[in-house]
Amino acid sequence: MKLTLKIWRQKNAKSEGKIVEYPIDGIDGDMSFLEMLDILNDGLINKGDEPVAFDHDCREGICGMCSLFINGEAHGPDRGVTTCQLHMRMFKDGDTIFIEPFRAKAFPVIRDLVVDRSSFDRIQHAGGFISVGTSGNTQDANAIPIPKHDADTAFDVASCIGCGACVASCKNASAMLFVSAKVSQFALLPQGKVEAHDRVLNMVRQMDEEGFGNCTNTGACEVECPKGISLESIARMNREYLVASVK
Amino acid sequence: MAKSALLKSSLAKKYWMALTGLFLCLFLAGHLAGNLQLIFGDALQFNQYAVFMTTNPAVKLLSYVTYISIVFHAIDGILLTIQNRKARPIGYAKENPSANSHWASRNMAILGSLILIFIITHMVNFWAVMHFDENMPLQTTTIDIAGQKQEFYLTTDGGYLPKIQVEQKAVLIKNRTEFFDAAANVKLKDGYKDLHKITFDYFQDAKYGLIATIMYVLAMFVLAFHLLHGFASAFQSLGVNHPKYNGFIRVFGKGFAILVPLLFATIPVYIHFFAK
Repeated sequence: MKLTLKIWRQKNAKSEGKIVEYPIDGIDGDMSFLEMLDILNDGLINKGDEPVAFDHDCREGICGMCSLFINGEAHGPDRGVTTCQLHMRMFKDGDTIFIEPFRAKAFPVIRDLVVDRSSFDRIQHAGGFISVGTSGNTQDANAIPIPKHDADTAFDVASCIGCGACVASCKNASAMLFVSAKVSQFALLPQGKVEAHDRVLNMVRQMDEEGFGNCTNTGACEVECPKGISLESIARMNREYLVASVK
Repeated sequence: MAKSALLKSSLAKKYWMALTGLFLCLFLAGHLAGNLQLIFGDALQFNQYAVFMTTNPAVKLLSYVTYISIVFHAIDGILLTIQNRKARPIGYAKENPSANSHWASRNMAILGSLILIFIITHMVNFWAVMHFDENMPLQTTTIDIAGQKQEFYLTTDGGYLPKIQVEQKAVLIKNRTEFFDAAANVKLKDGYKDLHKITFDYFQDAKYGLIATIMYVLAMFVLAFHLLHGFASAFQSLGVNHPKYNGFIRVFGKGFAILVPLLFATIPVYIHFFAK
C-alpha cells in the first residue's frame, strides 16, 4: 500500500523540530509498524539523507523501548499492543499517518522520535524495589502463602513495561498509571508490604518532582496501555498514599 | 513529610478536589429539595424555608462549608489545570482524544469555569438580594374584607399587618424585616423577605425572563456534564474502585448527574411558562 507519513524531525534536544512529509510505497499489511519505518530509513540512507531515529529493542512487545504517537494515539490505533506489534493492516492504502514522539515535559525529545524516559527510572529508584537481602538464605517462595487474587493482580500490574504510553496518552501527561502499577505490584505481596508506605510516598514525590501532570481520571491511559493496566491500580495507589500520609 | 504530602502533592490535590466535589453534590441535593418548593409549595412556605435557611445555626455552618468548598474546589482546579498544562509544553500535531476518553472528562476545567460564572451570577441575583438588598420586598397578601380588597404584610407570628399603616408612616420598616411603631419606636412584628416574589419576578420578567430561563437551563446542561464525569471520578480519586461497588457508583453517579440538573432546570421552566 501507498502511504503519506508525517514525521516529527528534530536534530537534537536543543534544536527546533518540525513535521516532515515522506511518501512511501510498497508497504504490506503483514509488516509491523517498525518494519515500515525500517524501509523508510533504508530509502533515506540510500538517498544520503539522515534516517529517522526511533526507539526499539526486542520487537516483541516486552521491553518497553518502542514508543511513538501514531495518528493521535500512543502505540497507534490497535489495542493491547506496542508499536512493534502494530501491523500495517490497521491502515488503509492512501492513508496519511502522523508519527510523533511521546510528548511530556518529563520526556524531553533527544532526537526525532526518541525521548528521554529516564524520569521513569528515577521514580523506580525512589521506591520501586524491595530492600531485603535475597542472597544466601532466600526463603522458598511457596512457603509464603499469598491469596490467589492478590498474586494474580500483582502479576497483572507487574506486566507494565514502563513504555510511557500512559503519559503520552494522558491530556495532563500524568504518570499515575505507571507509578501505580509499580506501587501496586509490591504493595500486594508480603515482601513488598513492609516498605509499602515509604515506597508510595517516595515514588509519588519523585513523580511530582519530575514534572508529570495530575490524574483527572479520563481513563485514556488504561485504554492505550499495551499491557492493559487498569485504573484500579491508580485507585489502589490513591488509597495507599492516603493511608501512608495520615500515619 | 506526611503533612506536606497531604497538602502539596499531586494526589493530595485530588483528594481535596474529590472531597469538596462530593460535599458540593450533597449541597446540590439539599438545595434542590429546597427549591422544589417553588413548584410544590406556596409562597409562604418557601419564604419560611428561606428564613430557616438564613437563620438556623447548623445551616449557617453548612453554608460556610459550602462557600469554602466552592472556593477551594475552584482554586484547586485552577492550580491542577496550570500544572497539567505545564506538564506538556509542546503538544501533538495530530490528536485523537475521543478514541480513549469521554469529552466531559477532558473538559472539566471549562465546564467548571462556566459553572463558577453561573454560581456568581446566581448569587448576585438571589443570594445577595436575600442577604443585603435594603429594598428587598416583604411578603404581602390581599384579603377581601367586606368587599374591599386590602393588602397586608404577612408576619412571622402568623399574623397580618395592614400595608396602609406602612404607607402612612405609622409603622416603619427597620433592619429590612422589622415593623416598628413609628410613634413609640417599639418593635411590633417581623415580616417575611419575599424571596419567592424575587424568584418569580426574575424568571417571569417580560423582557429578560425568557433569556434568564434559557441561560439557567443551559447552565444545568453544563452542570450535568461536569457531574457525569465528576461524581464517579471523585470516588476513584479517593481510592474507592472495587468491582463490587463500581457498578453502583457509576449508575448512581449517572442518575445523579442527569436527574439533579434536570429537576433544577424544571423550576425556571415551570415559573416562566406555567406558573401564574
